[in-house]
Amino acid sequence: MKSNLKAASLNIVPPLAALVLAGAVSSIIILILGESPLHIARVMLSGSVGSMSSVANMLEEATPLIFTGLCVAIAMRCGLFNIGGEGQLVIGAFVSAWVGYRVGGLPPVMHITLCIALAGLAGAMWALIPGLLKARFGAHEVINTIMLNYVAFILANYLVGLPYFKKPGQIPQTEDVLSTALLPRMTFLYEYTRLNVGFVIAIACVLLIYVLLEKTEIGFEIRSVGHNPLASRASGISVVRNTLIAMAISGFLAGMAGSERVLGVHRHFISPFPFGYGFAGIAVALLGRNRPLGILISALFFGALASGGAQVDIETNVPRELVTVIQAIVIIFVACEYPIRKLVFMKKRTAP
Amino acid sequence: MEFILDIQKITKAFPRTVANADVSMLVRQGEIHALVGENGAGKTTLMNILYGLIRPDGGRILLKGIELPLREGYLGTDYGIGMIHQHFMLIREFTVLENIILGAEPGKGLVLDRARARRRVEDLIAKYGIEADLDRKVRDLSVGEEQRVEILKVLYRDAELIVMDEPTGVLTPQETTGLFDTMRGLVADGKTVIFITHKLEEVVEVTDSVTVMHQGRVVGSVPTSETDAARLAEMMVGKQLDALPRRAEVSVGEPLLTVRGLSLEPRTGVKPLRDVSFQVHTGEVLGICGVEGNGQLELFEVITGLRQPQAGAILIGGRNMTNASTLARREAGLAYIPPDRTTMGIVAEFNLRENLLLGRQREPRFSRAGLLDGAAIDSETARLVAEFGIVPPDPEAKGFSFSGGNQQKIVVGRELARDPEILVACQPTRGVDIGATRLIHTYVLRQADAGKAVLLVSADLGEVLALSDRIGVMYRGEIVGMLDRSDATEERLGLMMAGVER
Repeated sequence: MKSNLKAASLNIVPPLAALVLAGAVSSIIILILGESPLHIARVMLSGSVGSMSSVANMLEEATPLIFTGLCVAIAMRCGLFNIGGEGQLVIGAFVSAWVGYRVGGLPPVMHITLCIALAGLAGAMWALIPGLLKARFGAHEVINTIMLNYVAFILANYLVGLPYFKKPGQIPQTEDVLSTALLPRMTFLYEYTRLNVGFVIAIACVLLIYVLLEKTEIGFEIRSVGHNPLASRASGISVVRNTLIAMAISGFLAGMAGSERVLGVHRHFISPFPFGYGFAGIAVALLGRNRPLGILISALFFGALASGGAQVDIETNVPRELVTVIQAIVIIFVACEYPIRKLVFMKKRTAP
Repeated sequence: MEFILDIQKITKAFPRTVANADVSMLVRQGEIHALVGENGAGKTTLMNILYGLIRPDGGRILLKGIELPLREGYLGTDYGIGMIHQHFMLIREFTVLENIILGAEPGKGLVLDRARARRRVEDLIAKYGIEADLDRKVRDLSVGEEQRVEILKVLYRDAELIVMDEPTGVLTPQETTGLFDTMRGLVADGKTVIFITHKLEEVVEVTDSVTVMHQGRVVGSVPTSETDAARLAEMMVGKQLDALPRRAEVSVGEPLLTVRGLSLEPRTGVKPLRDVSFQVHTGEVLGICGVEGNGQLELFEVITGLRQPQAGAILIGGRNMTNASTLARREAGLAYIPPDRTTMGIVAEFNLRENLLLGRQREPRFSRAGLLDGAAIDSETARLVAEFGIVPPDPEAKGFSFSGGNQQKIVVGRELARDPEILVACQPTRGVDIGATRLIHTYVLRQADAGKAVLLVSADLGEVLALSDRIGVMYRGEIVGMLDRSDATEERLGLMMAGVER
């Protein structure tokens, strides 16, 4: 019990300390810009949780980050660094848009399910390419996932320009998806919100991934491989198999993120596809310490930053880019986890 | 006789344990002084404090009556203290001479006075009768030869007090005898040797006095002539040891594990396995001894399926499993204690519960339709913790927080819980305290008594002789001899281990 508490505090305290430090540094920057940090904080808070519309906005911004955060985390738990969430997301988004407008005559639930499932599969296939290269030839997944991002962007850009996919007109985008493929928006919160059922699906994924990692045979093997591949092999656990499974799940989640954006927010695929969610997922996973629940919290935090940042842009003289700066500072401090942990626990450690 | 070293009330605490508590120790000028204790008793910590690798929390050390400044920047070498570590710190691509003078090169500015260095080293060699070829590269040396280079290195730096941390663990019996001769030569010349070991026969054989540590404290310090191995063992463990169970008469039966003509091509250097063949039968312990690094690790890897041999076959229970996966071999009844528990045996970041489940997560009793059964795992954890006396008995404690002996108990408990037909125990008690060693030996014998097959691969000759029915000797990737227990003597095995006899 005691060690449980201690382990939990080890997971919670360093990220919190990072946030506090990031807040302090950001305050200094705001002071330099000639604004009051307290005022900015108040505006950011009202822009993220101040009203129903801002809450909805925050949750909408958080939704894709939950998916991509999980995407990075599950790979990481298997010892793999999937930097390719962005590309997997784009591929998923494209497939989702295509199936969304092309396949007609289905009832909504089935159509949505089909779109998300195929988007997920497409993302999974995309992630399996570096997965296979890693498992077969030992090619490092960092390089290959990064390179496949560009391949995905260019491929999607090419495809959406083809007459078969392109909606007539100047803009390289697909037709809007059929109404049966639209993820219902949660207008009961706020009339004009883009927040949609995808958020609920994201929460479900958090729970599913938690159960998968902590309560199943596959999750146990994935974590084992992530911690110690050699001991895993010696215990009869296949590193190859688990590498492929983890990459496939990872890519599937990224594909779902793309699907949520298309079916719930943009309603079509457009090139270049609004990007950043895949990369932000790395930061989300880092702050959430690769734990599903942690990722949910950290995605909400990043969602709040994005949503509050927009408010800051409207109401104050501080540019919206400040939010990006704050995000970067948070990431830097989280990455400095070890020294922070040392600071926090130093007193206890030196005690006899 | 005067005391060269006077350690007074040294205390050092680490986050989880107190490694040294009020440790005091006196060492006479010109003696061989044994420092014994189980793993984790605090011997190495104490010596690292003396050598300057660790700062103490309290206490002081006098060398020849003068207090050592145990602060930042203190290094034992500056005060005539030399240390032979367990792991040698030599540069493989340099020659013996270059390694000896490295860091203390004579000469002015950029000019290295090689000739002068060579003369000095040759003088040392002549004086102490330490054999060494100065122009050979270290990568071509045997472990015993490397150790001699380390000793020369220390002498070259004019060490008066020489600490040897478990120097005999990697040597053949003949090399050990040679080392003891060297030690005697050193003290005859007025130098002082502190000899860290846990082999008590060696203490009795070569030392003048002995200090015993237990759980971070000194429990006794006596002239060696006034004690014996049995009494030292009791002091070390803090209690009396049960005798090893006697083997029941078991008739040796069918071969369970057959290894035929195994050969492995090298990644670099020499061929790690050459035409290795043997059979392990039901009810039998086959011991494979040899100096470490003669193919034992590779043999383990090939039998468990971690590495594919280029030639040869492995049969488990009569089935050819040469190309089978590790999983398939385990399902066919193979279990093993890997040679390195920290890299192959346990997952450091997994907790006790997870480490005890590792490799068993697919067993139907723990997993239904892919979902793990928490209650079943908890009760199995509790059972194994109780049976093997794993400490601390906290299912949530991480693997890295256990001592070496307890980590090994985790591995042994987990593997034996699978009720294997064949147990491959590779260096099962290396770096393990006496209590855990006794427990592991008991379980190894129990396997054979139950009519299972055991392959024991160990560099510890005493262990192999105590447990095995037949003994094979490995040298440079070959089985150079196979003896019945009744024909095997330490002397004969030692010659085979050194490649002299086959």
